Amino acid sequence: MSVLQEISSNVKNMKTLEYSLLARWTKQIKEDLRQGVKKPFREVIDVSWGDPHRGGVKPLTFVRQVLAACLYPQLMNGEKLPVDVRQRAQKLLDGCAGWSRLVFSKCSFSLGSYSATGGLPEIVQRVSEFISRRDGGVPSNPENIFLCCGSQWALTRILNVLVNAEAPFPTGVLTPAPCYSTTPLSIEGLGGVVIPYYLSEERGWELQVEELHRALESCKGACHPIALYVINPGNPAGQVQSRKSMQEVIRFASEKRLFLLADEVYQGCVYGETEFVSYKRVLSEMGPPLSDTVELASFHSASKGFMGECGLRGGYVELVNLDPAVKKYIYTLFCADSSPPVLGQIALDLMTNPPQPGDPSYLLYYQETQHIRSTVVKNVKKACEVINSLQGFSCQAVEGGAFAFPRIHLPAKAIQKAKEAGMQPDTFYCLRLLEEAGVLASPGSDYGQEEGTFHIRFCILLPHDVLGELLQRLSDFHTQFMKDFS
Amino acid sequence: LNSSSPVFLNGVTCRGKVLTLDSMNPNVRRVEYAVRGPIVQRAVQIEKELREGVKKPFTEVIKANIGDAHAMGQKPITFFRQVLALCSYPDLLEDNKFPEDAKKRARRILDACGGHSIGAYSASQGIECIRQDVARYIEKRDGGIPSNPDNIYLSTGASDAIVTMLKLLVCGEGRDRTGVMISIPQYPLYSAALADLGAVQINYYLDEDKCWGLDVTELRRALNAAKQHCKPRVLCIINPGNPTGQVQSRECIEDVIRFAKEENLFLMADEVYQDNVYAKGCKFHSFKKVLFEMGPEYSSSLEMASFHSTSKCYMGECGFRGGYMEVLNMDPEVKAQLTKLVSVRLCPPVSGQAMLDLVVNPPLPDEPSYASYLKERTAVLAALAEKSHLTEEMFNTVPGITCNPVQGAMYTFPRITLPQKAIAKAQEEGQAPDMLYCMKLLEEEGICLVPGSGFGQKEGTFHFRMTILPPTEKLKVVLQKIRDFHLRFTQEFS
Repeated sequence: MSVLQEISSNVKNMKTLEYSLLARWTKQIKEDLRQGVKKPFREVIDVSWGDPHRGGVKPLTFVRQVLAACLYPQLMNGEKLPVDVRQRAQKLLDGCAGWSRLVFSKCSFSLGSYSATGGLPEIVQRVSEFISRRDGGVPSNPENIFLCCGSQWALTRILNVLVNAEAPFPTGVLTPAPCYSTTPLSIEGLGGVVIPYYLSEERGWELQVEELHRALESCKGACHPIALYVINPGNPAGQVQSRKSMQEVIRFASEKRLFLLADEVYQGCVYGETEFVSYKRVLSEMGPPLSDTVELASFHSASKGFMGECGLRGGYVELVNLDPAVKKYIYTLFCADSSPPVLGQIALDLMTNPPQPGDPSYLLYYQETQHIRSTVVKNVKKACEVINSLQGFSCQAVEGGAFAFPRIHLPAKAIQKAKEAGMQPDTFYCLRLLEEAGVLASPGSDYGQEEGTFHIRFCILLPHDVLGELLQRLSDFHTQFMKDFS
Repeated sequence: LNSSSPVFLNGVTCRGKVLTLDSMNPNVRRVEYAVRGPIVQRAVQIEKELREGVKKPFTEVIKANIGDAHAMGQKPITFFRQVLALCSYPDLLEDNKFPEDAKKRARRILDACGGHSIGAYSASQGIECIRQDVARYIEKRDGGIPSNPDNIYLSTGASDAIVTMLKLLVCGEGRDRTGVMISIPQYPLYSAALADLGAVQINYYLDEDKCWGLDVTELRRALNAAKQHCKPRVLCIINPGNPTGQVQSRECIEDVIRFAKEENLFLMADEVYQDNVYAKGCKFHSFKKVLFEMGPEYSSSLEMASFHSTSKCYMGECGFRGGYMEVLNMDPEVKAQLTKLVSVRLCPPVSGQAMLDLVVNPPLPDEPSYASYLKERTAVLAALAEKSHLTEEMFNTVPGITCNPVQGAMYTFPRITLPQKAIAKAQEEGQAPDMLYCMKLLEEEGICLVPGSGFGQKEGTFHFRMTILPPTEKLKVVLQKIRDFHLRFTQEFS
């Protein structure tokens, strides 16, 4: 009898995503294309991940030059690399050995070392300075910052501390619907319960505090809510929260005694009129007693924004108003993870301290980031226009984030067909879209949505021509689909 | 007024903390990790004081607590760094200063990355062609025994894969709670993970008098005792060992496999030190190879995972967080759950996956970089071997310190005899006696070791773990200082 017939029930309870079916089909289709099988398209456009590089956006030159110089310091001999690249790489390498400064100071300072648990101290210091600058001077203490292997990793660690699997009632975490899938999976994997609060699609995916109240009421007696998770800017829905809304959330968290988890990885991706402001800043500006008492963990990452360095796995969490005794245990928990990947830490350093006007690399850096920015703004405009012009398709304004999350108004016939195939209706739509148009998007069912509504999510951080191609295929497909199932 | 009751201040309700010692996950409170524990925190503090100009009996702190080769001056393998640089900044592919074999590998890795960038997410299980390379490496290492790339999961260092497997396996309530067997002494990642998961830790003792050998009778004793209060399902073994450095004999590995099969245990073989073997007559045998050579009765039924990493051996690339596990005979439905579980952390660092690819796919004899690769690799391993012997010899000259041969890995775990007075003092202060010893050593000599209590040891015995990584001349100085300290310490507490 297999040992493994019994496995963790927490793991078993983690939802299997609809996406996994689509991923399998995509693999098969790509293999078919490689074998020369004829299809209505030459290649698959994969827009199912928030992954700019995968979509064709180029990495920033300065970032990659610094990384290369850190990896292979011989590159710094000679004049090939700009002087600010060399200076930055040298500074970072000096910082690598700084943690364990030894008498043999002439040894190879190496990226290959573990770093201190929370990250290389010099980098953590600079991240804290970035945070403070971003927040108009609100102080940021490096001791409250932990660099980690991507923001999701840090979030899982903090959830691990919050979710008490041994308590009489399961621990609940209020989570938006729609919400990108990894967070609810992490909660379930730890034995916690996801308490969904629905964002209001008609109001541009607004977070309404009445809905928070309703969600909290709904779980009375079933679980013990301990935390409230917000993503701002949103994923998959691209809303950017207003200051007023954030203040309401903070007051709610305080009143209902909830730990606030603020996922802000898309703070660098804002296109609309609402500006991004951090939860930490809003909290601070609300003054005592709230600013001194509401417990907050905010998350950021080098995976999004202009850098788009998802594969390097650089993220951080900043803790605000935590009990110092608890922080000690959080520190130990991070210790057992050894240390975050050094390249990811360097990516964070470069993200928080980009080239400045006057630096040799500034001009190119500015051009590259501006190009990405203007491309995304164009993309958002075009995507919304195209989608809203189609029958049975509508899209709220995308104010920020990496995705469009349009609603598909599926005809009854299509819903029926999906049921017969044993699939969620939007998964059915996505599968057809993949097979007939070679576009891989993800179905709204994986994110949570109001009953009876259907959506798809696709990434808009792409070169403009790729988005153009995508929208062309999508509109042709959609028009045909609606016809076929009318 | 307790910390969770609301308080009125100026007419506004405020509150005590939501997340307190009482409300937090109690398992997290049980997590300890001695390698980066209190002694290291004190060491960091002392370094700060030194930088601020505080006078001490030493000018620097030697951190011989952590298995970090580069931090101790070991150089990275040039070829590996060249390929990584090319992957990071592909413009360098035009630079004729880079050898062709490095460029070839970089192009291959980039072709496998989304958008030709190491900045794109990879599949959660890891880049496919790298998993294929890992499978080929395993096949070559194990004399042709087939390895299926689908059974390979790339991970963020071996630790990530180890914790993931444990997460998958630990289940049940009360007396049915999963029990996990681990050696004493052990690498404290295991105890930390087990505490965090609320699993039952089942200790089996390695025999210090037999060079930290493993005896099946001890496994049986531990298992039978544990059956009273938990459901033993997993057996973890580290070979070569950490902290003890023993390299298990082939017979011993066969015994462990037989035992795991008899008792229906899932075997977790931590083999991250597989290239670090120094002692004459010792050889690394992979669990998988031995398993298959024991025939289909075992090889088609024993469920196992083996782990490897880029952090140790001759590369020492800890900062990259590269690693993998190979799973064997796993129920397909369980494998699907495992695949689901790893998807939550998105993907392992792509640069770590690339580094791993180079470790399993190094320059071949007919390639331009082969000579320098081989030279560098040989030098590193030879230096480690030399230092392993040096350390054992030196420690065994000190009355009150006995040191088993360092057969492999990167550490020495000598036993120290402590005077009764010192033990009593430690107990008074609520400290483990070897912690008292190590703290004093840190304060007086600026040498940071990890007390044996952080790894587990037989009741009444005391040890410390020291790495053998500092450069030879430095290591000699360190050994001398420890000797002098030990004699002083014994004198002081006589």
